[in-house]
Amino acid sequence: MPKIKLPTKSPHIDMTPMVDLFSVMLTFLMLTATMNKTEPAPVVTPSSISEKKTPDANTMTLLLSKDDKVYLNFDNGPDTLLKYRPKILTEMGKRYNIDFTEKELRDFEKYPSSMGVPITKMKEFLDTKDLKIRTALQTGIPIDSTDNQLSDWIFCTRTVNPNVQACILGDTKTGFEIVKKVLDIMADKNVFKFNLITTLEAAKINLADIQK
Amino acid sequence: MAEIIQEEKAGGKKKAKKHNPHIDMTPMVDLMCLLITFFMLTSAMSKPKIMEINLPERLKDKSIDPPKIVASRTHNLILGPNNKIYWYTGTVKPEDYNNLPPLTELDFSTGPNGLRQMLLERNRALFKKIEDFKNQVITGKLVMSQDSVLKSISKLKTDDDTGPIVLIKAYKKATYGNFVDILDEMNICGIARYTFVDIAFYENTMVEHAAGIASTAPATTPNNK
Repeated sequence: MPKIKLPTKSPHIDMTPMVDLFSVMLTFLMLTATMNKTEPAPVVTPSSISEKKTPDANTMTLLLSKDDKVYLNFDNGPDTLLKYRPKILTEMGKRYNIDFTEKELRDFEKYPSSMGVPITKMKEFLDTKDLKIRTALQTGIPIDSTDNQLSDWIFCTRTVNPNVQACILGDTKTGFEIVKKVLDIMADKNVFKFNLITTLEAAKINLADIQK
Repeated sequence: MAEIIQEEKAGGKKKAKKHNPHIDMTPMVDLMCLLITFFMLTSAMSKPKIMEINLPERLKDKSIDPPKIVASRTHNLILGPNNKIYWYTGTVKPEDYNNLPPLTELDFSTGPNGLRQMLLERNRALFKKIEDFKNQVITGKLVMSQDSVLKSISKLKTDDDTGPIVLIKAYKKATYGNFVDILDEMNICGIARYTFVDIAFYENTMVEHAAGIASTAPATTPNNK
C-alpha cells in the first residue's frame, strides 16, 4: 500500500493579522497619548471628586513643591503662533533690565517643564545645556516681599495674555504657609479664581448613616 | 521565430526564480511590540482633573462693611496640624477674648468623629434635596441636559437658607492636602455657602491651646477655658 504523502507544511505562521492589529494599536496610542510631563520636583496631587478636565490652553501653572519652592509654567496650548512664552520672558527682561537673545527666547519657548529659576539666573540657565547645572539653578522663584518675582511673573503673563487661568499644582504635603503666601500674591494681582489640580477619586455617601 | 524562442526562454527564467510570496514579519512584530510598550508606559492616559475655587475679593473701599452673616449658622472650620480640624460655631466678639469658645476636634475620616458626618448632619435638608433631584434624573423621571442639571443644583444651593455657612481657615501648620480635602468635603456634602478666609489671631491661640502646642502669640493673649 502506498504511503499517503502529507503535504509538508511550512513552519511559518502568517503574521499579517498580528501586524495589522499592532499597527492599529500603535496608531491609536500615538494619537491619544499625552506625554507624561517631567516636573522639576516630584508632586503627589491630592484627590477630589471633581470631574472637570484641566484646560489645554491659556494656563499658568504654579507648582508648589514639598520643600516650599515655587515653580512656574505657562501653556498657550497647541497654537504656538501666538508665542506667549517668549513674549512673557521679554516683558520680564524689560522689568529687570536683562536683554535676552533670540536663541535664549527660543530655548525658553521650547523648555518643556516648569521652571523655578530666579530671573537674574535665567540667562545662565538658558545658555547651559548641562542638566546638573540646570537643576542646581532651580532654586525656586523668589516670593519674598523684598524680591517678589512671582508677582512680576504673574503681572507680565497677564499683560501678554489676559485670558490666562491660574492653576495650582501642589503636593499633598506642601505646607500651608507657602500656599497662603502664593494665594495672597495672586490676590494682590486681582486673581481670585484658581484651578486646583487634583486626581479623581470617588466618594460614597450612605444616606442611612446620617438619618439619625 | 527567433523571437518566439526568446520569449520561451524568458518564461522559463521566471519559473526558476519563483519563490514563496510570504515575507517574514517577525522582526516587524518585534519592533511594534517595543513601540507599543514604550507608548503605553510613557503616555498619561487619564488627564488630571481640576477643582475650581473662588476666593473672596479684597474690599478696596474700607468704609464698606463686609457682608453680614447669621452667627448661628456660621461654622468656623480651622485646619490644624496633624491632619486635624478644629471647629466652633458663631463668632467671637472683642469682649469675649478672655473667654474663647471651646473647639471641637474632627478628622478627615468618614467615621463618627469625621468631618463628613458633622457636615452632613447640619446640611441634611439641602443634601437630601440634591440627592433626590439627582436620583430623579438618574432614574429618568426628569429628563434634562447636563447643563440644566448643574444649574438646578446651584439654584437649590442658592435658595437654601438653613444649611451651615462654613468659613474655612487654616493654621500655619496645615498642609495643602488638607486644604484640598476640606474643599472637596464641601462639594461632597453639598454645602451651599463656604469660603476661605484669613485666620484671626485669637483663633491661632485657640488651635494652639487645643492641639497642645506652645503658644507663639504674645503671653498677654488669653487662653481659652
